[in-house]
Amino acid sequence: METLNYRFDGGDRSLAGMPQLVGVVGSGNLEVLVEPAPLKGACEIEVRTAAVGFGATWQAVMADFHARWRLADARISINDMGATPAVVSLRLDQAVESLLPPASGGPA
Amino acid sequence: MSSYLELTARQRIPAVFDPGSFEEFLPPSARVASPHLAQLDSPVSFDDGVVVGRARLGGHTVFGAAQEGGFMGGAVGEVHGAKLVGMLRRAIDERAHAVLLLLESGGVRLHEANAGLIAVSEVMRAMLDVRAAGIPVIAVVGGANGCFGGMGIAARCANTVIMSEEGRLAMSGPEVIETASGVEEFDSRDRALVWRTTGGKHRYLLGDCQMLVADEAQAFRDAALAAIAAIRDPRLTLDELLAEQAMLTRRLDSTAGLQEPMDIWKGLGIDDPARVPMLDADAFLQLAAQHRAGVATGER
Repeated sequence: METLNYRFDGGDRSLAGMPQLVGVVGSGNLEVLVEPAPLKGACEIEVRTAAVGFGATWQAVMADFHARWRLADARISINDMGATPAVVSLRLDQAVESLLPPASGGPA
Repeated sequence: MSSYLELTARQRIPAVFDPGSFEEFLPPSARVASPHLAQLDSPVSFDDGVVVGRARLGGHTVFGAAQEGGFMGGAVGEVHGAKLVGMLRRAIDERAHAVLLLLESGGVRLHEANAGLIAVSEVMRAMLDVRAAGIPVIAVVGGANGCFGGMGIAARCANTVIMSEEGRLAMSGPEVIETASGVEEFDSRDRALVWRTTGGKHRYLLGDCQMLVADEAQAFRDAALAAIAAIRDPRLTLDELLAEQAMLTRRLDSTAGLQEPMDIWKGLGIDDPARVPMLDADAFLQLAAQHRAGVATGER
């Protein structure tokens, strides 16, 4: 297992509501837990993955995610069992959409 | 109409219970995951593969759980089992109207060895405690992973087992039998054989499950409501156990030497057993009404 941590500042979109979990920890899949959290405007992401040695890929996928959503005061926690970057991006979008009011628009 | 089989555990809860009524105990944000898997450097899940809590069903307070087959085949580890037991005990404390378990599990999570075995035995004991407190326990088996091993036994500790044809219920799973006894004994890749042997229709014909429904979330919900309403006294009695033992003895005698479920169905009086797997739920129930084991004598 490998644990990776990311922190993005400068987001301007806050989440509201109860923590949400999407996805399942199965082969090629992952679960994403997204929670509003007082983080001085930052979005923090912790990834625990069974696929060791893909830090550069995770960094790119997470940077893309932050560019899409620009979340503020959000904590995202991931348990991964070897999901591909496309699956990770879809799950992250699904998780965020579950905590956004319907009228607040999609990703940038 | 939506397939129950295709839903995740978290999607099944609002599809079966009254929408918006579910209150989860130890939700994922509590991060109560398996310490054993972490020690083995294996991936964990924030809910350890089971959702437990309190909801409403038809307006009544019904406690419930849903096992996630996608995480380690729904296998029961120490935390997973403790969550089930805690929910069951709380159902007694709070005088629940009923308990509804959405089961999907390969049984004990072998990674957790004795802790997993003990967890499953505690689940069984807690289910029987709930019944002894006068609260009905209903088990639903309709997930892709079926319900096997210790959880197969646990399912049969319920007052009522509701299955779809796609659901499977047994002790040892197909791969386990093949590994232990050889492919001549059981070919686990023969899917038709696997479902004839462990699937909902066979279980219904033998009387191992009490209700069979089509693979639709609404059908499971309706069946659960009907099952709870039909139970007069959920407590397990000695007479009931003796009757069950007598039924199992007769089953052993009447199926002695039979290798193929279709031969057993023929023995129940079904003239054309090859038709059975092709029938939809309604047509099957019509056929089964005349031939189901124990129906004539009122056995369950």
